[in-house]
This record gives sequence, structure tokens and C-alpha cells, in this order.
Amino acid sequence: MPSDAVYLIDPSHCGFRGSKRAVEGVRMQEVTIGIAGAAGDGLDKSGDTLAKTCGRLGLHVYAYNSYQSIIRGGHIWLRVRIGDKKVLNHGDNLNAVICLNQDSLERHAPEVNEGGVIIFNSDKLKLDPTLVPKGVQALGLPMKEICKEVEAEHGALQPIMQNTVAVGAVLALAKLGLEEASSVMADTFAHKGDKVINLNVSLLKVGYEYAEKNAKAITKDWSFSKKRRPFVTGNEAIAFGAVAAGCKFYSAYPMTPASTILHWMAAHAQQVDVCVKQCEDELSVINMAIGAGIAGVRSMCGTAGGGFALMTEAIGMAGIMEVPVVCVEVQRGGPSTGLPTKTEQGDLFQVYGASQGEFPKIIVAPRSVADAYDTTVNVFNLADKYQLPVMIISDLLLSEHPETVDPEAFYSDIKIDRGQVVTEWAESKGKFKRFQFTESGISPRALPGTENCNFVSATDDHDEESILISDMFTCEPIRRKISEKRFRKMDNLLKEIPAPKLEGPADADVTLVCWGSTSGVVEEAAEILTAAGVKTNFLVLKWIVPFHAKEVQEILSKAKKKISVEVNFTSQMARYIKMETGVSMDGHVNRYDGEPLEPKEVAGRVQDILKGKKLDLDVSEEDAKQIAYHYLRTHYAEKLRPTKVVQESANGHGEPVWSIELTERATGKHGGKMKVGVHTGATYSFEKEPVEAK
Amino acid sequence: MATVIELPVETYKGPVDPDWCPGCGDFGVLRSVQTAAGKCGVHPKDLLVVSGIGCSSNLPGFIHAYGIHSLHGRSVPVATGAHLANTDLKVVITGGDGDGYGIGVGHLIHAMRRNLDVTYVVMDNQIYGLTTGQASPTSAKGVKTKSTPAGNFESPLNPLVMAITSGATYVARGFSGEQKQLGELIAGGIAHKGFALIDVFSPCVTYNKINTYPYFKERVYKLEDEGYDPTNFYKAIEKAYEWGDRIPLGVVYKTEQETYEDNEPVLKKGPLVKQKLGIPKNVHQELIDEMI
Ligand SMILES: Cc1ncc(C[n+]2csc(CCOP(=O)(O)OP(=O)(O)O)c2C)c(N)n1
Ligand code: SF4
Ligand SMILES: [Mg+2]
Repeated sequence: MPSDAVYLIDPSHCGFRGSKRAVEGVRMQEVTIGIAGAAGDGLDKSGDTLAKTCGRLGLHVYAYNSYQSIIRGGHIWLRVRIGDKKVLNHGDNLNAVICLNQDSLERHAPEVNEGGVIIFNSDKLKLDPTLVPKGVQALGLPMKEICKEVEAEHGALQPIMQNTVAVGAVLALAKLGLEEASSVMADTFAHKGDKVINLNVSLLKVGYEYAEKNAKAITKDWSFSKKRRPFVTGNEAIAFGAVAAGCKFYSAYPMTPASTILHWMAAHAQQVDVCVKQCEDELSVINMAIGAGIAGVRSMCGTAGGGFALMTEAIGMAGIMEVPVVCVEVQRGGPSTGLPTKTEQGDLFQVYGASQGEFPKIIVAPRSVADAYDTTVNVFNLADKYQLPVMIISDLLLSEHPETVDPEAFYSDIKIDRGQVVTEWAESKGKFKRFQFTESGISPRALPGTENCNFVSATDDHDEESILISDMFTCEPIRRKISEKRFRKMDNLLKEIPAPKLEGPADADVTLVCWGSTSGVVEEAAEILTAAGVKTNFLVLKWIVPFHAKEVQEILSKAKKKISVEVNFTSQMARYIKMETGVSMDGHVNRYDGEPLEPKEVAGRVQDILKGKKLDLDVSEEDAKQIAYHYLRTHYAEKLRPTKVVQESANGHGEPVWSIELTERATGKHGGKMKVGVHTGATYSFEKEPVEAK
Repeated sequence: MATVIELPVETYKGPVDPDWCPGCGDFGVLRSVQTAAGKCGVHPKDLLVVSGIGCSSNLPGFIHAYGIHSLHGRSVPVATGAHLANTDLKVVITGGDGDGYGIGVGHLIHAMRRNLDVTYVVMDNQIYGLTTGQASPTSAKGVKTKSTPAGNFESPLNPLVMAITSGATYVARGFSGEQKQLGELIAGGIAHKGFALIDVFSPCVTYNKINTYPYFKERVYKLEDEGYDPTNFYKAIEKAYEWGDRIPLGVVYKTEQETYEDNEPVLKKGPLVKQKLGIPKNVHQELIDEMI
């Protein structure tokens, strides 16, 4: 690899958000389409149409929806990345953007890559030509005029239907054709009848034809394999995997980003015969799931970090009672209510430390949608076999983003292993010992309803017969032996689960270490770095408890440079690895602003670390603009927008400041000024000036 | 109606003897639960006794049945999960006033609202026994306990009123000094289809020196002796408020309503635990197709 290939990563960059610079993809032919608007604009439906179309054409898709915790208004930003090979993440390119309101247009127009296109309703929105990057086309859709005929036939269009016209335009410019998209429309609106289907297909066509005539394509021709792939989120994969593995009971209390498991389960309950219980709180959720587990059904519950905090006492109950139960913890931005609709990997230690005392448990972090299905299927067997609580730790990005997945990943050939269950017990065999001390540590269990096996599942520690040893009959040797029995289960369990393996070139200069959804970003970052001459491999930690400490220690102690990549502030996985293996990382890449990492950003940050460049955490010019947008939206209902940003000296503020010019949207006149500290991000002054005065 | 074959009370003799203080009201409750189970002919393999934590919550360890001795305040959701998983089990929840009306009261209200088909026996001693005598949600106003040395200034909760207004369909009060009646009340609860709450005066002889056996003996009377009709909702609430010189024992409220289990469609195919695991191939394919 020629050394000048390093240009792939912007060499000047060492800021928090990574490079915005456009680079060629190294993996595949690809195109990324953004849709931006307000919540309630229906843009997720547009994204779905686009993604499902690609999924039917044989292309691969990874979509990411950056939304806020409000139902209407607020800024929503959806990216659909399409490729002719497996798409590992939402990427950091933008080749086409559909903007549904003025704010979105101003924010995202400047981000479009050279050769790309900005699509908007030119009847309603005005695109400031200075915001259009070089080599980018502006495609204003004169909606009223081009939809005339459709309106004549179907009556006045609802505003939301402009989205479909815009999708039609994208289909043309991204060379995706009309045929499959029309079939998606037909299926989506099948329940509404032919008239609605025809309307939507006509709208697609209007956009398609207008774009073909008025803009240039943004990609070359694809070769469509026509392999049909489902478009699935991580939560759907978890729910699907659970019922496929025989889960019969699912309890939950609504909490983003876990709620969509509940929704999927409730929507399919009768189709798959699963009893779904929305509870009064998460205490109830986990306790019900454990009760169901004791009674003998495969049970699961799900929540986010806050709900999991309420569940912790019961996790220990499942531990001491040796109850199989699966609990899904989907991480979102914390602490406390934190960022309810944003992603983070900040709950590792909460899940690890859940509940007082020591007990065997499984903690596993799936890395992709396909893996989420497979992991869920497998943990039900492990839970039954080893009689312990399993915590699947996911994150918002993994759980909520949809991607196309090979249908084979959702295999139906599932071996259900319930472990050792006693179904008959002759009285002549003497007393049934629920917690019999065995070599394997596994004590065959009986389900309530089995004759001659009566026992009590107790949260107090107990002897083999489940009689309490907590106060009246305390007995130190029994306590010691039952602790050892419980922990013996972990030895065999560790042998049964696969040890992590290095992926990528063996003789790498750098080894990236990651977990969860970040794996997809790291895999591509490693490819980018390797293509740029920095040979990079990576290690994904999936099974967290039990942990393959020996194998991980061996791999990492041989690595030349080790860098952890996590969406959190404190590098929790890196700390955990150090605790388990004694190995420290040489550097950390972290992101904790609610957004997921992106591949070029990771590649750039890794290069900075290798060069010894310190991460610059200052507020960048772009950050300053974002901060201004925030305060303008919250205080002035978007009447103003930030325009010029210049850095000024301290001026008594104790730090240099960004001076941000605020301009009236309607008139383009000066509307005020704002000053933001370069180091702290503090707002030192924020003045809206009456336009007349200037 | 299926004929009930009664079982002798000895059927339910537990593996160990209770370690309650001599004279504790909970002995009488245990005996009454055993009597009631026998009256209802519930085989020990089909009886699941679920409790939380407290002196009273130790009960599952002292009865021959399946048991879950869960967490403080969590007996109701644990029992709910177990019952939904296997509706063939007769589920009796046992515990204390702190467990059920304090830390676990949220669950209790919702379980009653759902009219879940389980029986809940609360050994209400108006004190936290196991933790050596602090005020409980039913401690009377003014009583001095370890945590209220100057006198409790919180009003006690009225479990009967709470149960009736929350949607319980069988609400009764018993007294462990009246074991015969108590056995019948619990048996009535087990036989009843829907949520049965039986609040039982079960004196803590060690930490509650006010609400003692003589205290109740002097005041209680039996509703059935007075021809009381428990089917009237408003009369029942009025009765539930009766306190002071005369305190009623017996079934305060009873109504027939649909249970949660009646309405859960998946249970129409039989107890979950007896259903086939996993999904048929054609359904599996449908689930994939719907995402394409
Ligand atoms: C989460 C939690 N908090 C506190 C305790 C301590 N604790 C054990 S029993 C109990 C109160 C018991 O009172 P009650 O339910 O009335 O039972 P009693 O002992 O009076 O029969 C408390 C507070 C606990 N075990 N768990
Ligand atoms: S402390 Fe009170 S409630 Fe507990 S066993 Fe003794 S008498 Fe019974
Ligand atoms: Mg009590």
C-alpha cells in the first residue's frame, strides 16, 4: 500500500466528531441517503420504503435513525446506507439528502458529498446557494406543479405525501428503479386497497421522472442479485430469537430503547403463543419472569438501564434460586434518565455488578442483528442447562437500527435443550434434593406439579434440600459447599462458549478492542486503516461473564498496540479487560455525545493516537454552530439561525470564545450575537437584537 | 361440579418445624392454610405457596407443598409469573403487612386490579416483626415502636378498603385466634375464582404489645353471625371501615368477575408450561416474510 494512501483519513484532524471529509468507500459500491425533518413528518416510512426496496433487489442496507424523545417536532435524521456487500454500519458519507423542513435543509445541505444531491420541496423551502457544497446538485421539487395530474385523479395531497415524491426522485438518482419500490408500496398499503396503492405508486413515479430529467445520477449502475433479505432491527431479532427458542413468557415495562421488543411480542403473541405481560414496574417485570421460570416456562424480560437498576435485587434471587431467566438490558445514554433516545455503552458495570453477593450468571453482548438472533436462541439453552440468569446487554444502536440480514441467519432448525429436569420421582428414591451437590454443580430441577419433589425456592441460602441455613440452622460447611457447587457451573459453561478471536490480518500494527454494536464500526475502521497502510485487526468481546481471561490475555499481550473503541466516557470494557487479564490498552477511542461512532472517525482517532496527537476536546466551529442552533430552537422557535462563526480572544471570559452571528431566517438580516467558550462550551452572551435597531 | 376429595391436614406437614416465637399468631395461620388446602383437596404437588420476606413470609418452609420464598415485597409478581406459567397450580401467597402493604403494595394493587386467580393471606401484626419491631403500614396512630419512639403519626392503611376498591373479588378478614373460621375463609379464597385477599390479625407477641390476642378477642365479631350480605360493593366498603369496639371478621366482599387468566388468549390453549416450545416452520417463515 503506497504511503500516500493515508489521505483516506484527514491527517489534520484530531477533534471529537471525526472527519467530515469525503473519501471513497473501500468495501463496496455504496450510496448513503439521508432524510431529515421533524418528528411526525413520516420520514421513517420513507426510509422503510427505500430500505425494503433495496432488500428485495439484493442490495444490503444499514439504517440509522437519530431521533429525539418527542413525538412531534424536534429534529429527526435518518440515514440509509446502501451497498452491494454487507453494510456494517451507517457510515459517514452522505450522497443524497431529502430535507423536509427549512431547518433540516440548512443543517444537512452542507454535509452532502461531492457528486451528491440535495432534494427538497421548492414550493415551501428555500435553499441558500452558499450552503451547497462544490459539485453538489440542488434538486428542488416543484410539488404543486408536478403533482397536478395525481391531484386531479386522487384529490388534494396530504403534506406527508411529498415524502413519497422525494423517495421517487432518490430511486431515480440512486439507480434503484421503480419496479421493486412499487411492489413494496403494494405490500405496505395492501390493507388500504388499490386506490391508495395506486396513489403512492403514482407519486413515486412523478418524483422519479422529474429527477431523471432534472438531475444527474449519483451512482453507477448496480448489479442486482435479487436475493431478498429481511430488513430487521436488533430488538426484532432478539424477540424473534426468543420465541423461536421457545420463550413462552415475556414481561416488560415500557422504556426506550427496549420497548420495541414488547411491541413485537405483543403484536405476535397469538401467532407464536407467547404470554406477554406489561407490568406495573420493572420490579414486577423481573419477578414475574423469575416466577414463570420457576414454574417451568422459558421466560424473558427486557428493559433499559433505568429499569434494570430496579431489577437488580431480583437478578440475585435468580442466582441463588438457580432459576433460568433471560433479561435484556438495552443501553441508552445515561446516567439517570440521561439521553433516552440516544445510544451509549455505559451500563457494562451496572449489569456486571447487578445485585448483592456472588452468584453464577451469564452476560453476553451481541454484536449485530444476526448475532442478536443467534445469541438469544442460544442463551435459552444455556439458561436452562446451567440454571442461572442470563443478561443480554445490547445498546440503542444495535437494538433500534434496522439492517438487511441474510434470511438464513434466522434459522428455524433449533435444538431445544431444557437441561436436567426431573419429571418423575419415586417415593422409594428418598427425598428429592433440589440443590443436590454434584460434580458439575448442576442440580437436576423439578417443576412445581411434579409428584414427590416438593421443595421451596428460597432467597435465603439453603442446603441441598433447600432448607434454610440462614439463621436457625446455620452451617458453615454447607454454605461453603453450596457456594462452590454454584460456581462449579461456571467452569463447564466457560468451556461451552466460544473464546473471542482476532479478526483481520494476524500481523497487525494495531489491535482494536470493542463490543456490541461498535463492532460493525470497528470492522470497517480496521479495513480503512489497513487500506491506508496501518495494518489493523480487531477483537470483539461478546461473552463477558464467564470471561475467557486466558485467551484474551494471550491475544492482547502479543498485540503491538491495543486501542479500545467504545461509546462511553470511561472505557468500561477496557477496564474490565484489565481487571480480568492485567492487560492495559495503549489508547482509547470514546464517544459520549449520544451518537454512535463512525468508521472514518474511528480510523482518524486511531491514527491520532498512533502519532501521539492529543485529542482536541475544544468546541469546534461546527460544534459552536450546533450549540447556537440548540439555544435558538429552545428560546426563539427557530426564527434565527447561526451564520458566521469567528474565534475571538478571551475578552474577560477567561477563555477564547466563538462569536456567532445570528441571522433572521425570514429577512436574512442581522438578528443577534452569541458567544460560546472554546474550552467549556459556556454561553457567555446571547443577545437577540431587534432588527430595526441595526 | 367436580367433587372435592378432602385431604387431612397432616398431608401438609412441613419438613421443618416453624421457628416463630412461641405464641406467635403465624402458627394459627399456618395451620389454617393447611386445613384450607385439605378442604379444597389440593394435592401438595399442585399447591404453590409464595411469600416475600418477614417472619410471616417464612411460612412456605413449614408446609409440605411447592414454595417460593422470594424477596421482600415481591411475592405477588413472582406468584403472578408462576401462575401464568402454570395455571394448573393453586397459588397461595403468604406474607406480612410490611411485605404486602408496605414495600410490595404497588404490586398488590395491580394484581387485584387484574383479578388474578390467586389467594393472598396477609399475616397482619401491625408491626415489622423480623426486623425487631418498627412501625408498619398498619400500625395504629400514636403507637410507640423502635422507629417511632415518640408515637407513630402516620395513619394506618385500611387493607380491606384498598382491596375492595382496587378490584379484588374476594375480601375477607380473619384472626389467628379463630382458627376454624380462618380455615374456612382461606378455603373460600382458594375455591374463589379471582383475586382473594384475606387480611389476618396474627399477633406478634414479641414486638406488638397493643394488638394482642385479648385486644382482638374483646372486639371481634363474625359477620356470618349477623346475616351480613357480602355482595354489595358499597355496604362492603362501609363494613371495611368498621373499627374500634367492634371489628368484623369474615367475608366482607365477594363478587364473580372475569379473571385475568380468562382473558389471556394464549392460555386458551392450556397452561403455558404444557404447551409445545418453539414455533412451527410455516410461522417461522411468515415472520421472516413480513420483514422483507
Ligand atoms: C429490600 C429489603 N428491605 C428491607 C429488608 C428487611 N426486612 C426484612 S423483613 C422486613 C419487614 C417485615 O415485616 P412484615 O412483612 O410485616 O413481616 P413480619 O416479620 O412482621 O411477619 C424488613 C423491612 C429486606 N429483607 N429487603
Ligand atoms: S417476632 Fe413477632 S411476628 Fe416474628 S415470630 Fe416472633 S412473634 Fe411472630
Ligand atoms: Mg408484620
